[in-house]
Amino acid sequence: MDGHHQLIGHVRRGPRPGPTVAALLLAVVPLAFLGVFFLLPLGGMLTRGFVPDGQLDLGAVGDVLGRSRTARVVGFTLGISTLATAVTLALGLPTAFALHRLAIPGADALRALVIMPFVMPAVVVGVLWRGLLASSGPLGWLGLDGSWVAILLAMVFFNVAVVVRTVGAAWDGLDPRTAEAAAALGAPPLHVLRTVLLPALRPAILSAASVVFLFCSTAFGVVLTLGGLRYATIETEIYFLTTSLLDLQGAAVLSVLQLVAVVALLWVTERARRAGRGVRRRGRRESRRLPLRRHHLPALAVLGAVIALILAPLLGGLARSLRRGGEWTLANYADLALAQPGVGVSGWQALGTSWRIAVDAALLSVVLGLLVSLAVTRRPRSRTGRSLLAGLDAAFMLPLGVSAVTIGFGFLITLDRPPLDLRSSPVLIPIAQAMVALPLVVRTIAPVLRHVDPRQGEAAATLGAGPLRRWVTVELPVLWRPLLAAVGFALAVSLGEFGATSFLIRPDDPTMPVLVYRLIGRPGAAEQGTAMAAAVVLAAVTVAVMALVERLRISSVGAF
Amino acid sequence: MTRTTTSVLTAAVAAAALTGCSLGSGGSSQETSEGSSSASASAAEKSCTGDGELTLITHESFSLPEELVADFEKSSGCTLKTVTSGDAGLLTNKLVLTKDSPVADVVFGIDNTFASRAVGEGVLAAYEPELPEGAQEHALAEGGDRLTPVDFGDVCVNIDDAWFEREGVTPPTTLDDLTKSEYQDLFVTPGASSSSPGLAFLLATIGAKGEDGWEEYWRELVDNGAKITSGWSDAYGVDFSAGEGEGDRPIVLSYASSPPFTIPEGKDEPTTSALLDTCFRQVEYAGVIEGTDQAGGAQAFVDFMLSDEVQAAFPETMYMYPVSSSVELPEAWAKHAKTADDPHQVDPQTIDEKRESWIRTWTDITS
Repeated sequence: MDGHHQLIGHVRRGPRPGPTVAALLLAVVPLAFLGVFFLLPLGGMLTRGFVPDGQLDLGAVGDVLGRSRTARVVGFTLGISTLATAVTLALGLPTAFALHRLAIPGADALRALVIMPFVMPAVVVGVLWRGLLASSGPLGWLGLDGSWVAILLAMVFFNVAVVVRTVGAAWDGLDPRTAEAAAALGAPPLHVLRTVLLPALRPAILSAASVVFLFCSTAFGVVLTLGGLRYATIETEIYFLTTSLLDLQGAAVLSVLQLVAVVALLWVTERARRAGRGVRRRGRRESRRLPLRRHHLPALAVLGAVIALILAPLLGGLARSLRRGGEWTLANYADLALAQPGVGVSGWQALGTSWRIAVDAALLSVVLGLLVSLAVTRRPRSRTGRSLLAGLDAAFMLPLGVSAVTIGFGFLITLDRPPLDLRSSPVLIPIAQAMVALPLVVRTIAPVLRHVDPRQGEAAATLGAGPLRRWVTVELPVLWRPLLAAVGFALAVSLGEFGATSFLIRPDDPTMPVLVYRLIGRPGAAEQGTAMAAAVVLAAVTVAVMALVERLRISSVGAF
Repeated sequence: MTRTTTSVLTAAVAAAALTGCSLGSGGSSQETSEGSSSASASAAEKSCTGDGELTLITHESFSLPEELVADFEKSSGCTLKTVTSGDAGLLTNKLVLTKDSPVADVVFGIDNTFASRAVGEGVLAAYEPELPEGAQEHALAEGGDRLTPVDFGDVCVNIDDAWFEREGVTPPTTLDDLTKSEYQDLFVTPGASSSSPGLAFLLATIGAKGEDGWEEYWRELVDNGAKITSGWSDAYGVDFSAGEGEGDRPIVLSYASSPPFTIPEGKDEPTTSALLDTCFRQVEYAGVIEGTDQAGGAQAFVDFMLSDEVQAAFPETMYMYPVSSSVELPEAWAKHAKTADDPHQVDPQTIDEKRESWIRTWTDITS
């Protein structure tokens, strides 16, 4: 509590402290959450690494940074992430245009489809991709198996949704009249794109690019699976040092490196985003879609390629789920009702467990996300206030950029005393997943809040409405749909989440991704087929949830 | 001020209520058993005290029939709470990290590649139960008073017999065969840095070729087109010709227990076999965790893992062989999942000392 008072006291010296103080008060609970479940475990692991026997030992820093392997790992991480970000943008921008500006039949369904990879468990996707690219697979002739191109493709697969969603949402919000006026004055389409559209979309593009880069540089499962162990990123190296060698010093050095890079990236993005405010935007009304024309063909071709990229591994999985022992059958789906050998529960039971955890995680992340959103959308006049809020916003992005292994092990050594001995508690799973979903929730809700005209609230206050009543009458009516959409999105993310959860100590109550992971690790046609059937069911449930979310027409879902 | 305080409080209460109630309704499936008060004197020492909760930490592949667990709870007065975490390596490392404030009372699943680290770091309390017949040969030379052998599995090269018959090629039988040109581009194995069977295979080659010969062997293996995947599941499930992915490599690193799973429906012969001269034996141990306040219950659990009923359940539930020679294997195992007579061996202490440098060298050779 002391620190909290000091913080407020400090801010009060600013010229117009009201909104900043309000924001910090709103953020107290989420910040405490971030502190306990992210900063504390991270700090714990760094302390073990740098202060091994109660004495600061930085000898490892030079040693680790000096290894030729470290240089290679850092180089590869930067290289592949940059390239993957560029390719994702190149494919994502035309796709965003096609899905958000063109009158394409079934665009709603396609938008739900595009976001699906984002919520699929990487462990399943890795095996599905390898099934396609392996020399015996349908795409084996490309010779990509085990190459960096395969890693790049999978990164694009996972992240194209981020670009489509983020830039698409910005596109929806643009006033089309500016571009129309330019065109009416005789500007050719490319010129309109360069002089009108790109400058207006720049903040969204930069924001999407930085998030894609963040996700690519912390990718883990796909790098190992698709690279055939030939490639290592900072993230896989931290995993290797921590889990295999228990070299906590080396892991701590790399974690700090990762953290510094992530903070720098978030800082640059935030500056770029702020530079973009003030672009003329229209309300939340649906924009008119353009009828299809010949010059839209390139964009449609890219859309087709993206859809093919997304469907290919999923169809491969669907086919495998319908085969057993070389024959077509529904037996794998029938077996989902049986208790699985070596797992102890049936597929449907595991789905129930996943669903319950996802509901907890979604509610938690939406409550916290709402508080953070309310906080970061306050409108302080002072520069300090604005910077503080921007920092607050970025702070909740940090967990996305830090290794799940580090946090998982950090829980073990920091949350080990009452009242916080949560190490083997079932609540840690929804908490870890809520942390992953939280930034996505904030990015869904905050843009809508920014559109609420402050004068409405002021008018209500003038008419004598109390603060709660003001909130209920002014903000809640525009908020309930984004809130519902955020719950759905968080639910879908949590259903497929495996990375962060797999490093926790968990109760022996397998979730769907765990069941898939265990069955896929067993010989036998029945086990392998049932694993695929379970993966298909998981994908179907997440797509169904996302399709419902899509009906709410909140374009900020999945946007950054 | 009031405005924001109210909304923070409302939200906090809502958060607590929401997560609290949904977690409560979806809680664990473990049943609570009643302590048996009529236990005999010797059994009373090996039973749970206090609230009776006994926490078992184990790896991802752990599974036991519910009836057996219920029997154990009844006879020991314990309520078993099982928590899982990764594989043997992750498990051991987590125990080492939490040494000062143990996260569980008893552990199952530390194997002979990590046993030395667990014992050396002092995470286990002394306990030496009476071993069933046949188990002694799996006991640790050093640390046998802390870790009790419970089950084992042989990691061996497997071949797709149907493929070799169809192609008219003589199947390989030894590690050396894998480097011959007849078998170029036919072998796939999970890697030693990311997979525990992968590490076991590296140890098999170190055991067979010696510390000064294995590097050369691996260079030849890689030159002969051996493919390395990150995990067992994509080696067997994607690249292996007899796996469900219908891959194009008929030689794969797997287990001696894998062949029975390739018996086609309606037939009784598997289409694959294990090469028993290429195996490394993984032994899994159970032990009482140092610092537990349920030592009696933890000891009872170790005893329970050695009972005939649990030993007999290992093949079906965990795909491992019992250490006890007095229980019968399932028929398909007895016939088609024979274990190696003389698996390649590396001393657990040497493994612990050299693992890091071996894996680093291996990584350099293979990438």
